[in-house]
Amino acid sequence: MDSLRHYLTLHRQNLLDALRRLASQPFASSLTVLVIAIALALPAGLRVLVNNAGALNDSWQGAADFAVYLKIDVSTENAARVARAIGGRPDVANVTLIDRAKALEEFRAKSGFGEALDALDGNPLPHTLVVRPKSGAAGDVEAVAAAVRAIPETDLVQLDTAWVTRLRAMLALAGRMVDLATVLLAIAVTIVVGNTIRLEINSRSVEIEVVKLVGGSDGFIRRPFLYLGFWYGLAGAGAAAVIVAAALLALEPPVRAVATLYGSGFQLAGLPLREIVLLVVGGAVLGWAGAWLATARHLKAIEPK
Amino acid sequence: MIRFENVFKRYPSGREALSGVSFNLERGEFAFLTGPSGAGKSTLLRLIALIERPTRGTVLINNQNTARISRGRIPPFRQRLGVVFQDHKLLHDRSVFDNVALPLVIAGASRREIERRVRAALDQVGLLGRESHAPITLSTGEQQRVGIARAVAPRPDVLIADEPTGNLDPDLSREIMELFTRFNEVGVTVLIATHDLELIEHLPHRQLKLVAGQLAADSGRGGS
Ligand SMILES: Nc1ncnc2c1ncn2[C@@H]1O[C@H](COP(=O)(O)OP(=O)(O)OP(=O)(O)O)[C@@H](O)[C@H]1O
Ligand SMILES: [Mg+2]
Repeated sequence: MDSLRHYLTLHRQNLLDALRRLASQPFASSLTVLVIAIALALPAGLRVLVNNAGALNDSWQGAADFAVYLKIDVSTENAARVARAIGGRPDVANVTLIDRAKALEEFRAKSGFGEALDALDGNPLPHTLVVRPKSGAAGDVEAVAAAVRAIPETDLVQLDTAWVTRLRAMLALAGRMVDLATVLLAIAVTIVVGNTIRLEINSRSVEIEVVKLVGGSDGFIRRPFLYLGFWYGLAGAGAAAVIVAAALLALEPPVRAVATLYGSGFQLAGLPLREIVLLVVGGAVLGWAGAWLATARHLKAIEPK
Repeated sequence: MIRFENVFKRYPSGREALSGVSFNLERGEFAFLTGPSGAGKSTLLRLIALIERPTRGTVLINNQNTARISRGRIPPFRQRLGVVFQDHKLLHDRSVFDNVALPLVIAGASRREIERRVRAALDQVGLLGRESHAPITLSTGEQQRVGIARAVAPRPDVLIADEPTGNLDPDLSREIMELFTRFNEVGVTVLIATHDLELIEHLPHRQLKLVAGQLAADSGRGGS
C-alpha cells in the first residue's frame, strides 16, 4: 500500500517535472509541439474531408431514382395500372407516371424541335415511370429494378447507379489512402519525439550518470523522459485538433455557399468527439512510444566513469 | 565487508591499473587508501561501486561476489553503498535539499522520512538551513559536504570516498575527516582514497598503500 502510494507520488512528480521542463524552454518546446501538431492534423483533416464526402454521398437520395420506359404500344390505362402495381410494392416509395402525350407536348414546347417532331408520324416517346425505391442502397435499388424489368410492359430500365458505385469506390480508396498517410505520419511523430528525447538525454547525461551512481534503476531514469514524450504527444495532438477545427471554420462559409447553390442543406461536420479523443490519446501514446524507443536506445550508453 | 582477492584490472587501453591486489576490510573498519598519482586508488574504488569490473580476481562486498551482480541488480547494490566523489557530482539544477534527497527518493522513502533524513544528514555536515540553496552558490568545501550528506543520508553500510579533501584547505580537510570518523563510530565501514599524507598521519586508522597497482604496505588489521 505504502509502496503503491510512493509509486503514484513518483509518477505524479515525474509528470509535473516533465511539464515544468517543457515550460522552461517555451520556444524549443513549441516548435516540437507544432511539428507534431502538423503531422497529426494532416491525417485528421483528411479524415474529416472523407467523412464529409461520405455523408454527402449518403444524403444524395435522388441517386436511387431510376427511369422505366414502357413499350411504345402500351396504352395509357395499362401504363397507369403498371405504375400502381409498382407503387404498391413494399420496397418502393413512390412512382411518377409521365404520360407520353404530355411528355411530347413538353418536349415540343421546351426543345424548339417542334417542326422536326411534326415530320414524324405519331409520338415517338413511350410512357415513362420514375421509380423511387425506399432504400438507396445499391443492392436494394437493383432488386427493385430487376422486378420492374420482369414486367412484360417494360421496355427498358435505365438505372444510373454506376456513378454512385464509382463514387463509393473512390471514397473507399481515399479512406484507404488516409489510413496509409495516418500510419506514415504516426511513424514520423514517433521519430520526431524520439529525436527530441535523444537530444534531451544527451543534454542531461551528467544528471543521468549521477542518478545511476546513487542507485537509480533504468526505470527510474527512464520515466521522466517517457513523461516528456507523453506531454509532447498530448500537446501536439491537442494543437492538431485546434488546427483542424480552425481549418473547418475557415471552410464553412464557402461550403455553405456551394450547398445553397445546389439547394442542399448540407453542412460540414467537424471531428466527432470520439475521434478527437482518439486523436489525443493516440498522440500521447505515440509520444510515449517515441520516448520509449529513444530511452531504450540511448540510456544504456550513458554509464558512470 | 570489503574483500579483494588477487584482483587485476586492465583497462581497454591495455594499461594495468591493479595487479594482484588482496586485502580485507572488516565490518565497521576505517581505512585510508594511499599511494602516488596513478597508483590505482580510484580504480580500486570504482571496482567497489561496480563502475568497473575486475579483469581477474574476486571482489566481495558484504560476502557477496560482485561478479555475480548482473547489470539489473546494480541499482539496489549501489543504494546500500555511500560514495563521495572528488568532483562532488551534484546536480546543479536542483536545490541542496533535492540533491541530498535523491538517493532516498530512488530508494522509495516516504516524504516525511526523506524530510527527516535530509535534515539529519545536512545537520551532520553543518549545512542545516541551506536546504533551498543552489549548489553553485556554495563554496567548494560546502559542495563537498553536500556530496557527503547525500552519501550518508540513506545510512549505507559502506562509505567510500575518492579524494574527498582534494582541494580543500587543511582546516576544512580535518573537519571532513572528523565527519567520516563520526560515521565510522556508528558502525559504517569507511574507505577513503587520499594522497594527503600530512592530513592522515596523526589519525589512528589503517592505511593501505598502493604503488603501481600493487599493495605496497598495509598498516592494519583485518588481514588478507
Ligand atoms: N578509464 C581508464 N581508461 C584507461 N586507463 C585508465 C582509466 N582510468 C584510469 N586509468 C589508468 O589507470 C591507472 C590508475 O588510475 P587511477 O585513476 O586508478 O589512479 P589514482 O591512484 O586514482 O591516481 P590519482 O591519485 O591521480 O587520482 C593510471 O595509469 C590511469 O592512467
Ligand atoms: Mg584517483
